[in-house]
Amino acid sequence: MNCAETIREITRKHLTENNGVALGQCLSAVGWVGGTVPELKGHPNLVELSMDDTCSSGLAVGYALAGRRPIFICRYQGFMHFNQAFFTNYAAKAKEMWRYKVPVFIRAIAMEGGIGPVAGSSHHGMITRMPGISVCAPMTPGEYRQVWDWFMEHDSPLYVSEHRRSFPIDHEMPDRIHNRPAITLFAISATRINAIEAANKLEEEGIKCNIINLLWLKTFSPTPMMLLALNNSKHGGLVLDTDFENGYSKCIAYELTHATDKKVRVLGLEERTAGFAPHLDNLPPSPEKIVNFVKNIINK
Amino acid sequence: MRSSRLGMTEGVSRQFSKEKSLELFSKICRCRDFEKNAAKAYDEKLIQRIPLYLSLGQESVSVGLSMALPEAKQFGQHRCHDIYICWGGNLRTLRDELLGLLTGCAGGMGGSASIHSPTAGMFGHDGLMGTQIPIAVGYALGSGNVTIAIMGDASAEEGYVLGAIGEAASKKAPILFVCYDNNLSILTEISARRSWSMVDEARAKKIPAIDITDDPWLVMHYANKFKNDLPAFINVRTCRELWHAGTGCDGPPEWNRYKLVKKEMATLGLEKEVETIEKTTQEYIDSIWNERRH
Repeated sequence: MNCAETIREITRKHLTENNGVALGQCLSAVGWVGGTVPELKGHPNLVELSMDDTCSSGLAVGYALAGRRPIFICRYQGFMHFNQAFFTNYAAKAKEMWRYKVPVFIRAIAMEGGIGPVAGSSHHGMITRMPGISVCAPMTPGEYRQVWDWFMEHDSPLYVSEHRRSFPIDHEMPDRIHNRPAITLFAISATRINAIEAANKLEEEGIKCNIINLLWLKTFSPTPMMLLALNNSKHGGLVLDTDFENGYSKCIAYELTHATDKKVRVLGLEERTAGFAPHLDNLPPSPEKIVNFVKNIINK
Repeated sequence: MRSSRLGMTEGVSRQFSKEKSLELFSKICRCRDFEKNAAKAYDEKLIQRIPLYLSLGQESVSVGLSMALPEAKQFGQHRCHDIYICWGGNLRTLRDELLGLLTGCAGGMGGSASIHSPTAGMFGHDGLMGTQIPIAVGYALGSGNVTIAIMGDASAEEGYVLGAIGEAASKKAPILFVCYDNNLSILTEISARRSWSMVDEARAKKIPAIDITDDPWLVMHYANKFKNDLPAFINVRTCRELWHAGTGCDGPPEWNRYKLVKKEMATLGLEKEVETIEKTTQEYIDSIWNERRH
């Protein structure tokens, strides 16, 4: 199964066997959210919401308080600007405030460009700043099952920063570790795909790069393997993000820098608003951009 | 439009037994005495630092609702001591919460605005105005439990409140929306804020709705009427006695519901019982607060 099919089957089981619930807008529209929603039209546990982005996450929080472990589906991650309020201000705080269990599985789906100033790419950075909510960015079927199992074993909200580029992926993506690499790339979400391409190009030129795939963004705890790989990297590290680079990726870089004596830099979306015209798009770092960035570091 | 008689039905108090009316009056006294003691503790600086949102003057609404729907789960907002008390929340843990103690109902995290009582079926509020309404709708749909969602006339204007009422209408949520309408957002009147009414909003969404005064028997009457036809909406005109926050007072309220209730109790032949309830309730609530004064 690829990632989309994995998401769909997890959801189907949750709705039909756990009395769980999935909520979202236009779920049964053409494509069933990229094939990630089971075609259970009319099923009582598949809830089509109105198009009101301001109240929908509140409804999901209410379902969570009722013990239904809702899956909240936001088709464009940029729409989370309106949809996140109840998750960050209620679900995330409720455990500390009142010891409530508010488990909501928040599927926020990013895409890559071509959709103007609001909806493109990832926006997990704005979620990470609030205590009480975990954030992850799975890209493979195995990782998706892992984060789902985590969700079912915990009682807190989980923000899943999805990317449409993950949907056709049907294999796992192991980290790539060398003995004496030039640099370690810490890849978030769909930047993993570009990171692999960039690392391959650099390797053709004799520059070895580690690739460490970051599944869990928050809580972010550098593992011994990450630190060893970074310490072994002659030119430090580079965090690659599908969100704006002046955001959470800098927090990760900060943690890694302080846990080692290596500089860790960041590449993500640029500090500007994307436009609809292709030349005005604001995309995650391309393989070419990563290659050039790494070469610049090495040549300094 | 605002008046102590808005929507009144003649003889509505006589629809209910004397025992019900006595229970109703007892709850009103319980709320008022608790709030008077909280105000006193605030002025004595026994309650420190927190903004205090007293319900004094609006308690008759919560009393009427709690008597019609005692099993309902409740989602209130920042001004919610009366909700907590009316559905049977523990008075000592509310007192301790206001005092910022670990023994408070939210361990000191809730203050006055974010209290809760799992035993009474009352959920906490996060401090953003009106957020309780979408959450309550989701809870009602997800659990199937009859739910009361309480808002003020200002929070009712939040876009997500209106959207959530629409969701409740579309999906037939078992929920009663109640707006405690004192015509003010702090001191800004409704007429300065909007040209429409919440009752019209609800009716536009095909929800039964009524606009009434804060007579507790009348509130109970309509809550009873609507509880088998949910979702529904009740807008209740209230007169709070003290400031938005704290214990300040801008003079007497437009009408004093407490005095009107006492008068009605007298017409029901319950004058003596009223005296006894007033005295015993005051002694009981005073004693609870005095436990923390010594």
